[in-house]
Amino acid sequence: MLKDISKTLIGLWSLIIGLKITGKEFFKPWLTIHYPRQEVKNLNTYRGHIELTGQEADPWVPKCVMCGRCAEICPSGCIHIEFHIAGEEDSSQTEKILIGVGVEIPFSGKKFVPTAKIERELDIFNLNYNLCSLCGLCVQNCPVDSIKFSKDVYLAGRSRQDFEYDLLKRLKKQG
Amino acid sequence: MINFLYNFLSIPLVHIIVALVAILAFIGLNGVVLVYMERKVAGFIQRRPGPYEVGPQGLLQPVADALKLLGKQLTSPMGADKILFWSAPIISFAPVVVCFLPIPFGPSQNSTGMELNLGLLLVLAFSGINVFALCMTGWGSNNKYSLLGAARAVSQSVAYEIPLLLAVLSIAFQTGSLNLSEIVSSQQGVIHWNIFMQPLAFIIYFISATAETNRAPFDLPEAESELTAGFHTEYSGMTFGLFFLAEYAYMIVVCSVATALFLGGWDGPFFDGFWWFLFKVYSLMLVLMWFRWTYPRVRFDQLLNICWKWLIPLSVLNLILTAFFYKTGTLKC
Repeated sequence: MLKDISKTLIGLWSLIIGLKITGKEFFKPWLTIHYPRQEVKNLNTYRGHIELTGQEADPWVPKCVMCGRCAEICPSGCIHIEFHIAGEEDSSQTEKILIGVGVEIPFSGKKFVPTAKIERELDIFNLNYNLCSLCGLCVQNCPVDSIKFSKDVYLAGRSRQDFEYDLLKRLKKQG
Repeated sequence: MINFLYNFLSIPLVHIIVALVAILAFIGLNGVVLVYMERKVAGFIQRRPGPYEVGPQGLLQPVADALKLLGKQLTSPMGADKILFWSAPIISFAPVVVCFLPIPFGPSQNSTGMELNLGLLLVLAFSGINVFALCMTGWGSNNKYSLLGAARAVSQSVAYEIPLLLAVLSIAFQTGSLNLSEIVSSQQGVIHWNIFMQPLAFIIYFISATAETNRAPFDLPEAESELTAGFHTEYSGMTFGLFFLAEYAYMIVVCSVATALFLGGWDGPFFDGFWWFLFKVYSLMLVLMWFRWTYPRVRFDQLLNICWKWLIPLSVLNLILTAFFYKTGTLKC
């Protein structure tokens, strides 16, 4: 009997503690923000779609060395890269080298062993974000850290084409 | 002119009609205010702003909600008992208007809708009709959730009416009256408020009132996570709106009765008047909301255990002690 009563009194006290906690929370500032008027600041850890990083000296030109590892490793096949060998002035005349899933990459493996340093110029670096699963393998495997996650939280579009990005153009805009 | 109006108002029939109209206006306005208040309290306790976009600080949100409810189509489910289904919201809402009549909002004669010797009894009797309406919704909706909700509502209300009545009765023993105005005027001065004389009765009353009005943590009849919306699952538009209004009005009634019985009604430390009454009522409402956003819902057996094993024995004890002390003359009225 006494045990029951003391148990109930302890329970009642815990109810008062509960009220105290919510009462305190009532007077604390809000944790949420009014989105269209304010935006969150701590986006450092946000993983948006990928984007290119520019060279330190020349932020318009990507660090990319066109090795094609990203396109190769991408499980969804959403990266599309084309480049040409530098020096051949008229780039429209030269044959574009395409890297991607299902495309034989001429310079990887035993098929092509460069004997001297070959300067390449990037023509196209496209991302089809519709297919991307944000696994991050491309970012992990880039040897020169040319790919990073963008901080584009507020993405919205009306069609599928809105999510097909020309990353090279985007970099030039950002630079 | 003012004199004429005053005389006109003192004709009993005119007085009651004016009072009823004023009460209806008060209930409507009150619904709007309380919806806003509830959502803001919920927001602040969860550290978010609550309604914010409609009007300044979201003040027009309840109006928008009300307009939405008014515009909705009224439907009844297939196989429902039409008469029970459509009359239930009205039966739920109508008696609450009567409950406001004997409540003394202020010191003047005109601030009470109708002076009644058995005012307290009238409030308790008419608030009981709500259970009947819930019962009708449960049977009339032809829906298992409604039926379960109604069954819960009935057993809960029947159980909690007992400690509620016993707690109220101990105040009636003490003051020797069931007239709310008399009870209020018997506790002039903060020290004479009944809450200091009968703290246990107040606690019992307040817990039972929470359960009677189906408020969290005793909101089993409309437990969202178990019964979708409980007894009003099938109601849409303004039929649901009526239940909603009635629920908030009943909350105001129980808080008003608590104010009149235990907190001295319109009596305050200074400047007696209806503002003190409203202040106390809305403070109690705030406490009810505070409860709702603090405690999780109790289980049904726990609910009944609290009532039958604790509240009823305690309230009987409280009543016996009150009777003993006042009969033997140890304490004076």
